[in-house]
Amino acid sequence: MQMPEADADVLSRRDAILARLARALPADALVADPVETRAYDCDALTAYSCSPLAVCLPRTTEEVAAVMRLCAEEGVPVIPRGAGTGLAGGALPTGDAVILGVARMNRVLETDYANRFIRVETGRTNLSVTGAVEADGFFYAPDPSSQLACAIAGNIAMNSGGAHCLKYGVTTNNLLGVTMVMADGEVVTVGGPFADAPGYDLLGLICGSEGQLGIVTEAWLRILPKPEGARPILIAFDAAETAGACVFDVIKAGVLPVAIEFMDKPIIHLTETFVGAGYPMDAEAMLIVEVEGSDAEIDDQLARIRAIAEKHAPMEIRESASAEQSAAIWKGRKAAFGATGQVADYLCMDGTIPTSALPEALRRIAEITADHGLRVANVFHAGDGNLHPLIMFDANKPGDLEKAEACGAAILSVCVDLGGCLTGEHGVGVEKRDLMHRQYGADDLDAQMAVKDVFDPAWRLNPAKVFPLDASASRRAAAHAAE
Amino acid sequence: MSVLAPASEAELAETVAALTEPVEIRGGGTRAGLGRPVQAGATLSTEGLSGVSLYEAGALTLVAGAGTPLAEIEATLAAEGQRLPFEPMDHRPLLGTTGEPTIGGVVACNVSGPRRVQAGACRDSLIGVRFVDGAGRAIRNGGRVMKNVTGYDLVKLMAGSHGTLGVLSEVAFKVLPAPEATATLLIEGLSDAGAVAAMTAALGSPYDVTGAAHLPAGPEGAPLTLIRIEGFEASVAYRAGRLKDLLGGRGESGLELGTIPEHRDDLWAAVRDARPFADRPGAVWRVSLKPSDAPTLVAALPEAEAFYDHGGGLVWLRVEETKDAGAAAVRDALAPLGGHATLVRATPAVRAAVPPFQPEPAPLVAVSAGLRARFDPRGLLNPARMAP
Repeated sequence: MQMPEADADVLSRRDAILARLARALPADALVADPVETRAYDCDALTAYSCSPLAVCLPRTTEEVAAVMRLCAEEGVPVIPRGAGTGLAGGALPTGDAVILGVARMNRVLETDYANRFIRVETGRTNLSVTGAVEADGFFYAPDPSSQLACAIAGNIAMNSGGAHCLKYGVTTNNLLGVTMVMADGEVVTVGGPFADAPGYDLLGLICGSEGQLGIVTEAWLRILPKPEGARPILIAFDAAETAGACVFDVIKAGVLPVAIEFMDKPIIHLTETFVGAGYPMDAEAMLIVEVEGSDAEIDDQLARIRAIAEKHAPMEIRESASAEQSAAIWKGRKAAFGATGQVADYLCMDGTIPTSALPEALRRIAEITADHGLRVANVFHAGDGNLHPLIMFDANKPGDLEKAEACGAAILSVCVDLGGCLTGEHGVGVEKRDLMHRQYGADDLDAQMAVKDVFDPAWRLNPAKVFPLDASASRRAAAHAAE
Repeated sequence: MSVLAPASEAELAETVAALTEPVEIRGGGTRAGLGRPVQAGATLSTEGLSGVSLYEAGALTLVAGAGTPLAEIEATLAAEGQRLPFEPMDHRPLLGTTGEPTIGGVVACNVSGPRRVQAGACRDSLIGVRFVDGAGRAIRNGGRVMKNVTGYDLVKLMAGSHGTLGVLSEVAFKVLPAPEATATLLIEGLSDAGAVAAMTAALGSPYDVTGAAHLPAGPEGAPLTLIRIEGFEASVAYRAGRLKDLLGGRGESGLELGTIPEHRDDLWAAVRDARPFADRPGAVWRVSLKPSDAPTLVAALPEAEAFYDHGGGLVWLRVEETKDAGAAAVRDALAPLGGHATLVRATPAVRAAVPPFQPEPAPLVAVSAGLRARFDPRGLLNPARMAP
C-alpha cells in the first residue's frame, strides 16, 4: 500500500513548526516525542503505520482553529483523528503530517429532551452519548460495534452505521448540525437543532467525508425515546440460501425488525468454542431477528416472523421470552470478532450488496476464499445487505497478509458487480482507496474531488485517503505548487 | 419558449453539453414557484426520463427515472403494500400549479411531509442518484443499497439543490412497508403552547408517533391537534390507548380516538399540502425551528396566520403580500430563536427581491458558490434559483 512521500520542505522545518505549535497550545496538548507519538502511528487497521510529525490534542474549538491556521500557513498536512478505532486506515499519518485528535474534547454541551437533541463535543464516545440520556428514557441510535471506544468525530467522518440501522438509519440520518473548523481555521456552524438546514445539504456532504473537508468539533445529535422493550428470535437453517430467502420474506411481509443478523456455520462454531452460546452446531446459517415494542407487540411481531420462517423449513427456532434468553441469543453474535481473533488474524470486509443477491454473494465469497487457500467466516447485517466476511490468515506467515488483501479485494469486486458497494459503514480510508476505480468512473470521482477542492483547495486535510492516488495526484501536486 | 426533452441520459448529457444559453429545468412543473425566478431561454424537461427501472419489495429498494410521475411510483409501491417513507407534499393546491409531480422534482426540492418527524426527509430515504452536471458529464453517486459510505455523499448534495448543480436523470430510494392500520388522536381546544406541549409529550414517548400537527383554526373553527400512529392493528390500538392515557386531561373536549371520522379523512393531506392556506391570498412561509420556540415565534407575528407540523418543528405562516412578503418581520422574529425561514409562495417580483431561502453566513455562501461553480461552471442550469 502506497502513501505519498513526506514533504522534505516540511520535514526540514520541523523544529520551527513544532515551536509554533508549542506557542499556540497548552503544554500538554502537543506531543512530539517519537516514543509518545507511537500510539498514533496507526488506527485499528494496524497493518500500516507511520510516525507523524507531531500530535495535537486540543481541548477547545479555538485551539483546533489555531492549529489549523498554523498548519495552513506552514503548508503542513493535517490528519484528523477521533478515537483511532477506524478499520480502514482513515487516521493513518504520513511523516510530514500533524495528527489533530479531538479525544480530549468530550463534554456534553446541552441536553434538550423537549426538542429531542443533545449537543456534544465530538471526542465523546458513541456509547457515552446514550449514557448521558438513557436515565431519562432516551438513546442515540447509531451503534457501531466499537461503540464503547469510538468517538462521535469518527462516526461523523465515516458515517457509521451499526446493527440497528435497518430501522433507525445511519449517522447522517441522526446528525442535525455541526461546528466545524475549516481548512483555513475559520469556524463555521452547519445545520443546528432543527430539521433540513437551508441551501445545499453541506451537512450531508460533511458526514462521511472522512475528515477531508474540515474538523468537526461539536455536533447536534438527534436522540430518540427508548422503546418499551426488545427481544430477538433465533432461526437456524440447513442452507444459507434459505436464510437469505427468509430475510427477504420477513421484510416483504411488512415487519420491520430493528436488526437482522446473519451468521454462517464457521462463525457459529468459532463463537461456540469461545463463549459457549449454545447455538445449533449443525446449522449452515442462523438469523437473529430483533423486534421492539411492548411485550404484546413483540409477541405479535415474533409470531409473524415465526410463521414466515416456518415456511422455510427451519432446523430450529428459539424465541426469547426474557432478558436472560435475549442475552443468550446475542451472546455469540456479540463475541464474533473476538472469537475469530482467538484463532487467527483476520481482515474484516465491509461490502454491501442488494439483499436479493445474498445467496449468490455467499457462494462467490466461499469460492474466492477457497481459491486463495484461506478460510472465511461470515457475520453481517442481513436486513441491509452489509456483509462482514472475516478473512482469516496468519500474519507471521510471509505473504499471507497480501494473499488475504487480494482475497478481500476480489470479494469487494463481487459486491460491486452484484449492484452493491465497497463499504457500508467502515469507510474507504487507505484500505479501499485504490478499489474506488472499481465502483466509480473517472467523472464520478472527479465530481467528488471537486467538493474537496471547494472545502480544502490546498488538499492538506487527510489528502491521501478515499481517492486513488493516481486520481488525486494532479490535484495534490497543483495545490502543493501553489503554496 | 423552446422545450428540450431528451429521451435518455445519454441524450440529456449531449443536450446539456451543447447548451449555449441558460435553461430552466422542469419535471412536472408543479413546484415551479419555489426559489428565485429563473431567466432562461429554454426549458429542459425530464419527462422523457420516465419509468421504474428496478423495484425489489423484499429489498425495500426502488429505482426510477427522474421524470417518472410520482403517482406512478406510489401506485407501484402500493401494489406491494409499500410506500415512500417521507410523505412528499403536493405543492399544486398551495402554488396553484397544474401538471403531474415527478419524482425528480420531489428530490430536487427535497420535499417531505408530516411523517418527516419520524421517517426523515426525502434526502434520508434517497440512496442513489444519476445526474448530468453543467458540463454535460453523466455522474453516478450512491447506488441501490441502503448502507453505503463509499466516497462522498453527493446523493445528499443533490437532494434540495433545485437543479442548480446538475439535472437528475435517475433516483434510487429505500422504501418502507405501508402500515396495516392508522389512527389519529384528535384533541380540541388547545392553545398553541398547550398543543406543542402535548405533541412534545407524544413524540418523547416510546409509542412511535408518525405525525404531530396543530391547526389553531381547525376544520370546525376550533383549534385541533392531531397525533398519528401507524402499524399493525393490535399495536396501533395499544399505543393509541397509551397515548390517550399520557395526554388525558388536555383540551376542552378531551380526546377523540380511533380513525379520523370520514368527513376529516383528508386532514393529514391537508397538513401535508398546507391546504389551510391554499385558497387564501398572501405570501406563505415555511419556518423550521426548535418546537419549543414555535409558539414564541407565532406570538411575535400577530398579523400572521399559522399552523404547526412536525410537533412544532415546522411552522407554516401566511402573511400579507407586502413588498418583502414579511421577510424582514419573519426573519427578525426568528433570529433570536434560531432556525430558518423559506418563502414558499410569493409573486416572482417578490421572490426576485427577497431571498426565498434563509441567507447563509459568509463562509457557507462561499462554499455554496464554489460548489455551484464546479458543478455548473457555465452557470446554465436554473441560474439564480438558489442565489443568496
